[in-house]
Amino acid sequence: MNFRDTMLDEYKEILKTYINDQTEQALYMSQKFSRKSIEYKISPEEMISLHKTSIMELEPELSESLLLSLDILLEVMMSYGLAYREHQSLRTIQRELINEIEVAASMQQTLLGTQIPRIPSMDIGAISVPAKQMSGDYYHFVSHENGAISVAIADIIGKGIPAALCMSMIKYSMDSMPEDSQAPGDVLERLNRVVEQNVDPTMFITMFSGLYNPETHIFSYSSAGHEPGFFYHADTGVFDEMQAKGLLLGVDKKTKYKEYEQKVEVGDIILLMSDGVTECRTEEGFLEVDTLIGYIKKYIHLDAQDIADKVYKELEYLQDFQLRDDFTLIILKRTS
Amino acid sequence: MMDSSVKIINEWDIVAARQLGRNVAKELGFGTVDQARITTAISELARNIYLYAGQGEITIEKVENGAKKGMTIVSRDEGPGIPDLRKVMEDGFSTSGGLGAGLPGVKRLMDEFSIESTPGEGTLIQSVKWLR
Ligand SMILES: Nc1ncnc2c1ncn2[C@@H]1O[C@H](COP(=O)(O)OP(=O)(O)O)[C@@H](O)[C@H]1O
Ligand SMILES: [Mg+2]
Repeated sequence: MNFRDTMLDEYKEILKTYINDQTEQALYMSQKFSRKSIEYKISPEEMISLHKTSIMELEPELSESLLLSLDILLEVMMSYGLAYREHQSLRTIQRELINEIEVAASMQQTLLGTQIPRIPSMDIGAISVPAKQMSGDYYHFVSHENGAISVAIADIIGKGIPAALCMSMIKYSMDSMPEDSQAPGDVLERLNRVVEQNVDPTMFITMFSGLYNPETHIFSYSSAGHEPGFFYHADTGVFDEMQAKGLLLGVDKKTKYKEYEQKVEVGDIILLMSDGVTECRTEEGFLEVDTLIGYIKKYIHLDAQDIADKVYKELEYLQDFQLRDDFTLIILKRTS
Repeated sequence: MMDSSVKIINEWDIVAARQLGRNVAKELGFGTVDQARITTAISELARNIYLYAGQGEITIEKVENGAKKGMTIVSRDEGPGIPDLRKVMEDGFSTSGGLGAGLPGVKRLMDEFSIESTPGEGTLIQSVKWLR
């Protein structure tokens, strides 16, 4: 039987019990009743009406003025009823939006997917984890016909959906980059022009672009205001910051990007990251560079992908599993 | 025969429109909850005329459709009209934001609802409540 058919009797019973001997039991029953009436979408004004009908049947002698007062209560509850119904409908809309964002997020993952190149002399690993559903971080690899490998990592200042949309544009420009413009400085200069022309002036992008030549073992790189990477010298065990100067993408279309070079020896490691790694915050404040290096050292003997995964796990733990910013870490380890 | 239209010029006319709606609803045998819903809808429509169109008219009619009986509320004015109906019918758009009232509220309170509006010419809203 439907609740709507039995609710008058149920309600009358509760009311009668309470009028007779004011037990907590009756009050508890009315709490349970209200849960059910909400479930069956009984509106506040209907509740008042139900109350009035019940009390009139239980107490035919009830004073007229008391009954009349319930009309006012009913009228007053109308607006509560409307607000409640609006809330319900907004909740449905919210759920739809969340679903849509989930679909968009998984589409983004597919769209931005990049293959990690496999080459004999370099072991490469990468991890990228969005803080919310949509990521504003991006990394991209290209294996060139001459055997060289391009790597790019970008971070949009701004998060969420606008950042994600912007990312798709970057990805598209990278894919349509001509084969002959591999030099990291050229790559940034081209992208800078695209961003400057097409993106909202309040949106900025930092980017690191690198090129590894497996014959000379030279890693050349340029940066557009991106978080500096680290270079690990296997012979001395020293970590150097890979400082590179350059303006953010999208600020000035005439920007030129200086190129830097670094010889990579066997065992050396290049670490590229987004600021979600270095600005990872814990209760004690920002992550110290030494702490980060400590984690990297702890896993340095592992494969590149394992180093990336393990460092991420450590930092995730450090932040109580609550990422505040998108997190991307790329490891390039020369093996032979 | 009862007058089935109320001219809306000042705020007291809203009360007159409600009264007319309530009388017809009672006559038709609507229960107190539906009476309150119908009069609330009339209030919202008449208030919009008063606030945004300056003047207009609320008309109440009894309707029959086979075995179904009900009443229609028609709100008509020659005010500025509503440029973006889609926006206005969205939840949460009303200036009373979050109170759930306004035109989406009227639509919820009634069984049928239709709105036509031409900027510069006016607004016509028709809604029906059926007796169950
Ligand atoms: N009869 C009307 N004539 C012109 N504009 C109207 C009329 N009714 C409503 N509007 C416009 O539609 C908007 C939304 O109306 P409504 O949903 O009743 O919410 P609210 O009155 O709280 O703003 C109003 O703010 C007003 O701009
Ligand atoms: Mg209004």
